[in-house]
Amino acid sequence: MGFVHLQFYRFMRKICLTLIGIYVGLFAGFAQDTTDSSRYKNNKLTFEEANIVSSYYSQDGNNSAVTGGIGTEKLTDISNSFDLKFFRYDTRFRKHTWNFELGIDHYTSASSDMIDLKANSSASHADTRIYPSVNWTRENENKGTSIGGGVFYSHEFDYSSYSANINFAAKTKNRNGEFSARAQYFADRVNRVLPTELVASIAGTTSASSSGNDRDGHHINYPATGRNTFDLALSYSQVVNKSLQVMFLADFVGQNGYLSLPFHRVYFADGSVHQEMLPSSRFKIPVGIRANYFLGDKIILRAYYRYYTDNWGLTAHTASLEMPLKITPFISVSPFYRYYVQTAIKYFAAYQQHTAADVFYTSNYDLSAFNSSFFGTGIRLTPPKGILGSAHFNMLELRYGHYNRSNGMQSNIVSLNLKFK
Amino acid sequence: MTMNIKQFKYLSFALAVASIAICCTPVKEYQKNRLNDGEMSLGARKVEKTENSFQTYREGASGANGGKTGGGCGCN
Repeated sequence: MGFVHLQFYRFMRKICLTLIGIYVGLFAGFAQDTTDSSRYKNNKLTFEEANIVSSYYSQDGNNSAVTGGIGTEKLTDISNSFDLKFFRYDTRFRKHTWNFELGIDHYTSASSDMIDLKANSSASHADTRIYPSVNWTRENENKGTSIGGGVFYSHEFDYSSYSANINFAAKTKNRNGEFSARAQYFADRVNRVLPTELVASIAGTTSASSSGNDRDGHHINYPATGRNTFDLALSYSQVVNKSLQVMFLADFVGQNGYLSLPFHRVYFADGSVHQEMLPSSRFKIPVGIRANYFLGDKIILRAYYRYYTDNWGLTAHTASLEMPLKITPFISVSPFYRYYVQTAIKYFAAYQQHTAADVFYTSNYDLSAFNSSFFGTGIRLTPPKGILGSAHFNMLELRYGHYNRSNGMQSNIVSLNLKFK
Repeated sequence: MTMNIKQFKYLSFALAVASIAICCTPVKEYQKNRLNDGEMSLGARKVEKTENSFQTYREGASGANGGKTGGGCGCN
């Protein structure tokens, strides 16, 4: 019996060892498969996300540039944009991302309506702007670099724009910092829609013309002129610790061509009316810093500061603070405040303050000395099962802001962002 | 030795950059759960798009915020 027991014990030990061997072998096999699958990347074009952004903007004030620095600035704008993002990996495991966007704005403007002072309501009281764009990025996740480019087009009744950009980004070795650069060029075309009383004296002084139908369907030849903008945007972002990251931003912007707006009137001290006249070149340098800090478990501080200067004599400071408060991990409320102050450009003067001795002149209060406050709040919902229980309806964000300028202009804006994944 | 305002601004900026560089602690990918929160994003947010656009029209300054810098519209 003792011999039989010993044989049985050896037999069972062999079975156990064999089972353990098979298990370890299978486990190793699966482990190997897991490693291989981490190298696998989807090379089919895959939908990543879609966004719908809608806004309603309304403003009023009494310093319209169309009527020489006096008169209503009442304006409403409904803005809608829709973007789609797709990606795929190529055979070298680089991620290609395509972003298609279409924006449509419709505005009504009481001041634009005053291009013709005699009309009760002219064709210029409303307009629609359409702006599609396509952007592509190729990201090498192993190297931490990406390159890309894109094209943009914008069209409204008196203004059209073509734009192209290229960009490059590289992460630091430890993936805690990232440098990025973007070069962008805009070729804009301005139809010189003049104040009606100045048409006879100014028309025909431009080098090109553009023809088309006005918004009432009448065929009109508008003289047209160009404006070019070059922008080199540099940024560097850095993770400081587990809760803080910062970003340094700088733009170098050069503009040349027709930089005035043709329907802006300027009234001189002698009572004569003129079309706005600004230099044909402008160089701008804005530099900024952004810092986001996760304070405790529920509060995020988003701080931003920008210093701006240009060769028209305008300097400005912008500071803002937003404080998203996480009521739950999926619902947050974000009160914000933004303060802005600027000096006037060298060529600004109020209604009937310019004289014939001035070479350049404008009464556009957007370029005057003022300060402004912008404050409001936002709410953001990202429930784990999706909005209204729809897994694809990923995020809803609603935001309201009130803007108050020291020269009396006020505006309100409501924006809604819906994200689908 | 006196220092004018411009030199003071450059020095302040350099000190801010240097102090951030000194304070940096390497953070691994698995430690970035807070940094990866949707509201910690350093880029321009989509819901602010129209706000940035109207500010570009209504103010003389623009840029350094990932948004418009003057081209593409009848803005300043």
